[in-house]
Amino acid sequence: MENDMDYLKQSDAVKARFDKIKQREVILEVKGLDKVYKTAKGHTTALKNINFKVHRREFVCVIGPSGCGKSSLIRILAGLESYSGGEALLDNEPIDGPCRQRGMVFQGYTLFPWLTVRKNVMFGLEMNGATNEEAGREVDLWLELVGLEKFTQAYPHELSGGMKQRVAIARALVNQPRILLMDEPFGALDAQTRAKMQSHLLEIWRNIDITILFITHDLDEAIYLADRILVLKAHPGEVQEIIEVSVPRPRNPEQFNSPEFLATKARLEALIHPAEKTEHKDEPDVHIPSRMIRFVNVEDNVE
Amino acid sequence: MGLSNWFVVRQELSSRRKKGLAVASFLLPILLWCLVSYVPFIWHPMMKVSEPGDVDYFQVDMLVDKVTYRQELENMQEAGKALPTASPANPIYLPAPHAVVEAFYTAFTTPPAQRDGLWLHQSLWQSIQVIFWGFLISSLIGVPLGVLAGTYTVVSRLFEPFIEFFRYLPAPAFGALAVAVLGIYDGPKIAIIVIGTLFQQILVIANTTRKLDYSLLEAAMTLGTSKIKLLRYVVIPGVLPDLYRDQRILLGWAWTYLIVAELIGTSSGITWFITQQARYEHFDNVYAAILMIGIIGLSCDLLLAWLGKRLFPWNKSANKE
Repeated sequence: MENDMDYLKQSDAVKARFDKIKQREVILEVKGLDKVYKTAKGHTTALKNINFKVHRREFVCVIGPSGCGKSSLIRILAGLESYSGGEALLDNEPIDGPCRQRGMVFQGYTLFPWLTVRKNVMFGLEMNGATNEEAGREVDLWLELVGLEKFTQAYPHELSGGMKQRVAIARALVNQPRILLMDEPFGALDAQTRAKMQSHLLEIWRNIDITILFITHDLDEAIYLADRILVLKAHPGEVQEIIEVSVPRPRNPEQFNSPEFLATKARLEALIHPAEKTEHKDEPDVHIPSRMIRFVNVEDNVE
Repeated sequence: MGLSNWFVVRQELSSRRKKGLAVASFLLPILLWCLVSYVPFIWHPMMKVSEPGDVDYFQVDMLVDKVTYRQELENMQEAGKALPTASPANPIYLPAPHAVVEAFYTAFTTPPAQRDGLWLHQSLWQSIQVIFWGFLISSLIGVPLGVLAGTYTVVSRLFEPFIEFFRYLPAPAFGALAVAVLGIYDGPKIAIIVIGTLFQQILVIANTTRKLDYSLLEAAMTLGTSKIKLLRYVVIPGVLPDLYRDQRILLGWAWTYLIVAELIGTSSGITWFITQQARYEHFDNVYAAILMIGIIGLSCDLLLAWLGKRLFPWNKSANKE
């Protein structure tokens, strides 16, 4: 395999695509964003001088080691947390508190357990004053889009994790937000379901006018989904690099072994790995001895 | 199939076993009671006189303790007079199960002893009314205030410190005051139940409300829910099943204040019945009345539990019960 391939090298088609994206309007702009937590022990800087732009219908992933503040970042953008300095703009308007323009999908599903699937998806529309009839039509459309038309009357506790997350996605999208913020949405799912959900999300993204900012700690997921990957480093959370993913679209799971994919992954690992090392300093080093005492019969071999 | 099959740590038993054990949990104390009542050599510290003989103060069916009886027996033997006969018996305050069952039945069929007295079912109805009004008034104040305190820190900080203090004041201590303010009839009784329930209720419900997963509120906000609508559309429906469960438990507490409440002012309701019967040493009736309270309380709770399952079909934990 050509692991020495340059991760920045883009084919003409990919380059043309990026040029097109950059010409689109900027949906989200973050300028010099800082976040400082005040605790009893003093101040902790979670985010320091974050700068990036997201264009319309772009898919941006945020990745970084734990403690890099990626969750803080997305919560600030959702309006669920305040920021200490800098600017965060949606359509050039400063972000101030949560609103329907910035839909959010959480790792923990956060469906309303007392509402059926249909009512869950309808929630946002009802809160914003849509009549039952209008909302109903919209909702049915969306439930079909996420493939849950058979489960409209089910309660969340009757659904699997993947289905719950599809409801959550539909619930956010039915509001027609300008940007969809996703905080490790597939983190709690098993590998198979996660792969299915990733393809499903790409399918949705392809077909509707939505910009996505997606947080993950899974490198493969980030490369598979994203146009660009925002790599953060920890303590304090700073932008390390913004990578334009050179893997061509449309994406499919076979690309996981393509040279572009592997080159990008190698680069991400190089960026995140040293950061992980410093982090493990908090934990005592688990040392695995090279030679172990044998507890089983000599002839009882497993390998 | 061994015994270890029954003692698996925190595992569900089959529904047949569960039902069997529920029956057994009632049978065990009844069995114990039967043993003590019907097996003559277990306990039975008294002697019940069947033939007084020449002991001048003995009467038929009189209960004397064993020492006195033996003494009198010896006295009569020495004097060569007619001997009394008696059989071992339990003290008057422990009637046998069959006597209580009989009393339970006759209590409803016997007209009141006094002309202006009340039938047992009338007394019970009085008690149930006092509980109902007391709990209703308490809930009308306690539930909204509790939910508000659990939702808004301002409300919590303003009310909870004082309530924490007030809940330590024993409700019966307000009896005299309640009579002075509200007269001698049902007013002060209802007031005692309100005082006994309300302050716990506010704190319990505030805590339950605070346990609502905050991320549900966050999700609602990112869907464009205004702050005012959060309470109505997220907090209240979200805590409703737990709130309902709290109310069930609190209703049980209200019952425990009933007896004290009914002693205030003019004695009334089931308490009046109990004290009357105890005065005449009709302890079988006393037990029957106590039993009645238990049965009403338990069936009320079972009914509410059953209703809860139907009211909140989405509530996984309640439906697992």
